[in-house]
Amino acid sequence: MSGLIAILKKNIRQYMMVIALAVAMVAFGLLTDGIFFRPVNLTNLVLQNSYVLILAVGMLLCTLTGNIDLSVGSMVCFIGALCGVMMVDLQWNPYLSIFLALLCGTLIGMWQGFWIAFVNVPPFIATLAGMLIFRGLGQVIMKGQTKAPFPEEFQMISSGYIPDPFGGATIGAVHLHVFTLLIGFLIVALITFSEIQKRKKQKEYAFDLLPTGIWLVKVIFIAAVLAAFTIVFAVYKGFPNVLILLGVLVVGYQFVASKTVQGRYIYALGGNRKAAELSGVKVKWVMFWIYTNMAILATVAAMVFTARLNSATPKAGQNFEMDAIAACYVGGSAVSGGVGTVIGAVVGGLFIGVLNNGMSIIGISTDWQQTIKGFILLSAVAFDLYSKSRSSKVA
Amino acid sequence: MPNNSILLSMKHITKVFPGVKALDDVSLDVKTHEIHALVGENGAGKSTLMKVLSGVYPHGTYEGDILFEGKHCTFSSIRQSEQAGIVIIHQELALSPYLSIAENMFIGDERAKFNIINWDKTREDALKYMERIGLHENPNIPVNKLGVGKQQMVEIAKALAKHAKLLILDEPTSALNERDSQHLLDILKELRDKDNISSVLISHKLNEVAAVADSITILRDGKTIETLDVERKKDTPVSISEERIIKGMVGREITDMFPKRDNPIGDVLFEIKDWTVQNPDNPERKKLDGVNIQVRVGEVVGLAGLVGAGRTELAMSVFGHAYGENITGRTLLEGKDVDISTIPKAIAHGVAYVPEDRKEFGLILIQNIKENTTLAKLKKISKASVINEHEENIVAEEFCKRLNTKTPTILQQTGNLSGGNQQKVVLSKWLFTDPRVLILDEPTRGIDVGTKHEIYTIINSLAAQGLACILISSEMPEIIGMSDRIYVMSEGKITAELSGETATQEEIMRNILNN
Repeated sequence: MSGLIAILKKNIRQYMMVIALAVAMVAFGLLTDGIFFRPVNLTNLVLQNSYVLILAVGMLLCTLTGNIDLSVGSMVCFIGALCGVMMVDLQWNPYLSIFLALLCGTLIGMWQGFWIAFVNVPPFIATLAGMLIFRGLGQVIMKGQTKAPFPEEFQMISSGYIPDPFGGATIGAVHLHVFTLLIGFLIVALITFSEIQKRKKQKEYAFDLLPTGIWLVKVIFIAAVLAAFTIVFAVYKGFPNVLILLGVLVVGYQFVASKTVQGRYIYALGGNRKAAELSGVKVKWVMFWIYTNMAILATVAAMVFTARLNSATPKAGQNFEMDAIAACYVGGSAVSGGVGTVIGAVVGGLFIGVLNNGMSIIGISTDWQQTIKGFILLSAVAFDLYSKSRSSKVA
Repeated sequence: MPNNSILLSMKHITKVFPGVKALDDVSLDVKTHEIHALVGENGAGKSTLMKVLSGVYPHGTYEGDILFEGKHCTFSSIRQSEQAGIVIIHQELALSPYLSIAENMFIGDERAKFNIINWDKTREDALKYMERIGLHENPNIPVNKLGVGKQQMVEIAKALAKHAKLLILDEPTSALNERDSQHLLDILKELRDKDNISSVLISHKLNEVAAVADSITILRDGKTIETLDVERKKDTPVSISEERIIKGMVGREITDMFPKRDNPIGDVLFEIKDWTVQNPDNPERKKLDGVNIQVRVGEVVGLAGLVGAGRTELAMSVFGHAYGENITGRTLLEGKDVDISTIPKAIAHGVAYVPEDRKEFGLILIQNIKENTTLAKLKKISKASVINEHEENIVAEEFCKRLNTKTPTILQQTGNLSGGNQQKVVLSKWLFTDPRVLILDEPTRGIDVGTKHEIYTIINSLAAQGLACILISSEMPEIIGMSDRIYVMSEGKITAELSGETATQEEIMRNILNN
């Protein structure tokens, strides 16, 4: 038992959020008499939070450098407006429009990256300027009007579900989305397999291993949760397109951050910029690409959001940057930089999303929701600092 | 001399930091009406002693007694020591650059009534003190518009405004040119003769010390070695030679701390020619001026000099232009010009720099040994940008074994390692880049004796493998014990080239000071 406590203490930050997320979900499940776990609600949960989660993935890289990007909410507005002009006013081809929007987002990112990386404007200031500029430009483009409706193809980004080439199966009264089940269980198998591989390797190097029992519980827990959600989605309409997009982004960015040279450079820069620079990391270019990347993801988020609302509005994206930043810090990013994971940021974002959703179902007003979220952000970061200062005292 | 009463008496001061005895039974007596010089090598304990005196290390954190004007002192802050009349002027000036001379002089002691500053009185008082030391400037101009010499004078005026009876000056002339230095020393003499203000002068410039000091206390390894009284007949200087002071400063003997090396030395591998660099903080001053250095295959070349001589700046400006502005000069590898003007280029050409401050510049303390080891050449263990973790583990394990890094696993955070082991990780990182030229900047600073010896052994084996090593060190026994050749640097210039076999500490010190 003392061994278990030691392990928990050592990895407390890692497990804390997952445990908190699980507790919150179970609590809302009970408080809402199971409404929370209904397939339609869980699908909604994903759709409602997808754009914040996409932003959180990009924001994580910013927080790894010890900085943030304040402009992403305004970018959602600006890109939405742009899409509105192209697809609603000018009736351009949606695919061409999507391509052009992405191109424009990339240029905006390079613009901000340029000031941050090469002119040394602090990211807080550069993106604060971006926040004003792109909110303003978005409103200029829209002339205060709302642009709607968008073409069907574009709406499908957010309202569509993956097709089922197997035509579905009916067991009793339940209709199942077979392709969703297939993908879901394939993912479960892959994750289980990679966990086993990882453990084998760790054994080879005699690293600190989780005791076999705990490791098994962890793997089975992950597999069970994923399988359960797969079934829930399969019972409804299958995986939403957005979920697949989100999954690809999360896996892709997690891979880049943890397995590639570029990812290592980002962590090194965040951990000690001077030492990274003296080790040959081109810190300016790393900063440049991080902010360029953030803008591209903000563009993706903008399209997901616009497609979901099926309209572009001057108020779109307000406070999205704050939600994304909160997701990163709740999910374990260190304010000083160098610490944090993509998965952590997503878990943090989901936690906030679950709170939003659950509290709405219970009937807590949005004013109180804000307040509660604020306290949660504060306590997450305070807890982080507290556990860090304690561990440093021990060492 | 009017009287010989004791103004300040520090008795049997012992100050212990975790693991280090910084001061060991040090005593210091300063008489009224004198300029007392405090000399010693870097790390001898001079600054620590002055911090004890001024209350930076409060009463109770050290052993021993301090008597000032015959009274026991128990200072627990700088403010208290200043109230007693002891004012310290640090090497790095403590002026607020955008505030005016007058504002700076009365910071913390504003000429104010009910919290509202009386600017006329401020100006008037400032002028009064400035007059006394001959600083003829408008008290309203911001201090960053003044040269370093005049800023130093503002500091002294500020000290006078605090009614100082004893001034402590930590290396006041290290950033000054000859004329400003002379002027400053004249001011000290004048304050002694006219205003009866004594000074403690900490300085590496022994010619100055010999010229102005009335007595000299020598510290070495945290102990008082001796106090010399300088008898001065009217205007005929120097009854004490610099040689005499140097002997006291470096008097320790070199044991067989340094393992012998007998590998052959080959052709010239790396050369620096006419290397001139401007100080980015002060563009008028050249930090390095026409430096020429060469190092051969299998050779260890020492760079001796005092802190601030420009050795680190030389290393960093050569290594990918990591320091300085308007860098001119050539770098040659095997006789051919080589472009190492960015750090990635330097690494690609096999030049590596192990920095002086391993926590600040060498390591990413929140990352583990493995990640630190491979950072400078991730390409070697990755394919299409994807890191091969298996190979990375093997590499890290190998280096831990090779350099005898003591750690449970390679996943240990480097912030949790001891200084010696941290240094070994930094060395691993740079050896992993397959260097041909290795620049080591203070590689044994703050490291215990046993690990020092290990690091010397590692350096020897690297030289034997044909690396060209440049060793920067402020510890003279280390430079002499490890180097085949020694360049002496002083104020950005190479002032001598000595053979490692025959060089003595006195010889090096003389070449540093004779600039």
